[in-house]
Amino acid sequence: MSKEYVDMSKPVIEMRNIVKKFGSFVANDGINLTVHKGEIHAILGENGAGKSTLMNQLYGLLKPTSGEILVNGKPIVMNTPRDAISAGIGMVHQHFMLVQPFTVTENIVLGTEPVKGVSLDMATARKNVVDISERYGLSIDPDAKIEDISVGMQQRVEILKALYRGADILILDEPTSSLTPQEIVELIGIMHKLTADGKSIILITHKLKEIKESADFCTIIRMGKYIQTVDVDSVDENELASLMVGRKVTFNVDKPEQAPGKVILEVKDLHGVDYRGVEILKGLNLEVHAGEIVGIAGIDGNGQTELVEILTGLRKGTHGEAKINGVSILNKPPHFGFDHGVSSIPADRQKHGLVLEFPIEDNLILQNFAKQPFSKSGFLKRSPINSHASRSIENYDIRPRQSEKRPAGTLSGGNQQKVIIAREVQNDKDLLIAVNPTRGLDVGAIEYVHKYIVEQRNKGKAVLLVSFELDEIMSLSDVIDVIFDGRIVSSIPGNQATENQLGLLMAGGKNA
Amino acid sequence: MKKKSFLDFVSENRFIHIILSIILGLVVGALFLVIMGLRVDAVYGKLIESVSSIKGLSNVIVYAIPYIVAGLSVAFSFRTGVFNIGAEGQFVMGTMGAAVVGILLPDLPSVILVPLCFLAAMVVGAAWGIIVGILKTKRGINEVLSMIMFNWIAFYLSNFIAGLPAIKNEGNAEATKNIADNAIIRFPKEMTQALGVDKTFNWGFILALALAIIVWLIIEKTTLGYELKAVGYNKYAAEYGGINVDRSILTALAISGALAGLAGALHLMGRSTRIPIFPAQEGFGFAGIVVALIGCSNPFGVYIAGLFYGALMYGGTRLTLVGASSQLINVIVGTVVFFIAISVIFSNLKYLRRKPQSADKTTDATGKKG
Repeated sequence: MSKEYVDMSKPVIEMRNIVKKFGSFVANDGINLTVHKGEIHAILGENGAGKSTLMNQLYGLLKPTSGEILVNGKPIVMNTPRDAISAGIGMVHQHFMLVQPFTVTENIVLGTEPVKGVSLDMATARKNVVDISERYGLSIDPDAKIEDISVGMQQRVEILKALYRGADILILDEPTSSLTPQEIVELIGIMHKLTADGKSIILITHKLKEIKESADFCTIIRMGKYIQTVDVDSVDENELASLMVGRKVTFNVDKPEQAPGKVILEVKDLHGVDYRGVEILKGLNLEVHAGEIVGIAGIDGNGQTELVEILTGLRKGTHGEAKINGVSILNKPPHFGFDHGVSSIPADRQKHGLVLEFPIEDNLILQNFAKQPFSKSGFLKRSPINSHASRSIENYDIRPRQSEKRPAGTLSGGNQQKVIIAREVQNDKDLLIAVNPTRGLDVGAIEYVHKYIVEQRNKGKAVLLVSFELDEIMSLSDVIDVIFDGRIVSSIPGNQATENQLGLLMAGGKNA
Repeated sequence: MKKKSFLDFVSENRFIHIILSIILGLVVGALFLVIMGLRVDAVYGKLIESVSSIKGLSNVIVYAIPYIVAGLSVAFSFRTGVFNIGAEGQFVMGTMGAAVVGILLPDLPSVILVPLCFLAAMVVGAAWGIIVGILKTKRGINEVLSMIMFNWIAFYLSNFIAGLPAIKNEGNAEATKNIADNAIIRFPKEMTQALGVDKTFNWGFILALALAIIVWLIIEKTTLGYELKAVGYNKYAAEYGGINVDRSILTALAISGALAGLAGALHLMGRSTRIPIFPAQEGFGFAGIVVALIGCSNPFGVYIAGLFYGALMYGGTRLTLVGASSQLINVIVGTVVFFIAISVIFSNLKYLRRKPQSADKTTDATGKKG
């Protein structure tokens, strides 16, 4: 970034040697952060590195054990978020704090509503909201209800809410995690407009690409420790990734050449309907061989979700064939496919993948609890279940360690995904179906997940990879099948595909 | 780990929350007594006095048996993710099932008749639960609604059966005949006299303990419990993992229904020995919901909660002696349940002393109001 709006002579936030301890656990260990007027400052760290803890201290939700915080050069003690707000700090949380049935205006003025006598002055409120949205170029419909607007719009409302309360410094916590690529572009535009107006932004993220695209400076935190503050222009994504995880991160997956074996999954002329009953699969053909990764590239809504649901027994196909090793798995219950060689990493890990209330050790035996050695004569056997979990936690780097008895819901998203992967990979079936296996994970975790998927392939298993991340499809797949309008329209060797070519095919264009 | 203060301990201990709720229930009850112009010490004194003799205690246990088992029924349903608000109807039907067997087969010896009555109650109770389960799994009908309907169907069906010539009391009483002596599970007369306990004292309390252990084993130790809990927590993940979700829901409702039915049989065969033609729902099944809540859905917690509930109910019958209405007990119970329902407030006690520590809770508040 050009840093054209950054005024290096005016530090608005200085956090000096911040230490935050929870009992004997040190969440922040001597962290320094300086943010200037007009600056976009990214805070980068793995899941659980201490980013949120640091920001919660800046927003008055937590008090530092030691260290000091200066706002506009003056030391300040913040006991509650109210103190932070009056110091000009606003925070947009990852999960929005909006009242769904209220309008945009009502949400923005909530708590600071203009009043006329004893009644609300909604006309003034609406005017104030329109004024502020025009001033920052954040167009919104002031009368729309929150439940009717998109996630990107809801985020704008959150930003406006902070600005309405007079924030000059905005903390955005993982702001892109639920946005579409188009919305992300718009958000970055908004951030630049705000800094042009003299606001400062602190961006908490683990997405390297967005840091490169938006931030001026980046402070890296690893395991609670301050690592470094870098000028974003002077580093590339690889360097950022290495600083973040503390080791060399390879984006390229080590994948030896190998000839594919026999056909494991065979799908012929498959038809199926979506949840509305509209035909969405219109004669899909697909083959996955042993020892090969077939990537399905496509824009969401072209039938890939339904394809996977049919293959895993959650949805019925209306016509056609789907066979594993020659055995039809079409329109059979989920356990049938499992018993005949299908394991899968589901798209929605919290809905389909895990019982969040169950401890990790129980989640690791979800398909096998009724089998030896985990049970005998209808009674669970805790000791093999527990030692199975201990091995999995060690081998699959599930953090924290010694978490066998912890409910899966208490883990971070990346570690929840590792639990599922540990389970499905150890099921050791002939076919592994992986749907968006790295969504929401940081680069360190992504590297692990990719490693396990490729290991399965190297062991001679068939892998069907469905992902909306084109980079992921391209770096892992031996064969890329492009899905469009319920059919596979093109099948390209993975090492020959280009992004442009795939993009064109995914949009329904003809193979050039 | 950080050293825990007293407030931390109070905040994190569910058992303490229950005790606090009970104390607050008694405090609110005391307020009502003051309003009614009664002496708190006299009424509560009577309550304590009435349950502190051998005779009183034995009555408490007799009262508690159906509450414990109905509580186990509801607790089992809570743990497996279905809300068995239909325990009331299953209790009524189970009672009637046991009564019909106990009245129509008076010549069978105890060793056969007693288990047969239990079996009849369990089968009828389970069936009452399964019908609702089928409506839910096959037709998608909300189980809470159909259970409430089935509670009323049970109520009127029971009154109808109680009025049939073969079942109805020959005298003037608006009730069924008494069940056969061989179907009654009370302690022998010589034994009750020797022990100084009430004549209704019966084997049900041991059976209830055995049931608590069985329910605990099923929930915590078996693959069946694993399966039912998985479906209860997240049926999508359970289905994905290969568990037959519909069958699990039916199984959970059948077990819960069988327990509620058995609760009815124990009440009949231990205490009431006949079924009145009801003017209104008796509420044993609904009491089971309260007992399950107070017992935190833990089978042994339910056992203790059932005894507590039995003590209140038995003590309540004595209150008229000091001029207080026995309805007061229901005020206390209602308040206790209210405080248990909102007992998450007790988890926040630790914030009395310190500044906010939990990011989530405070952001909620400020995010909406800030």
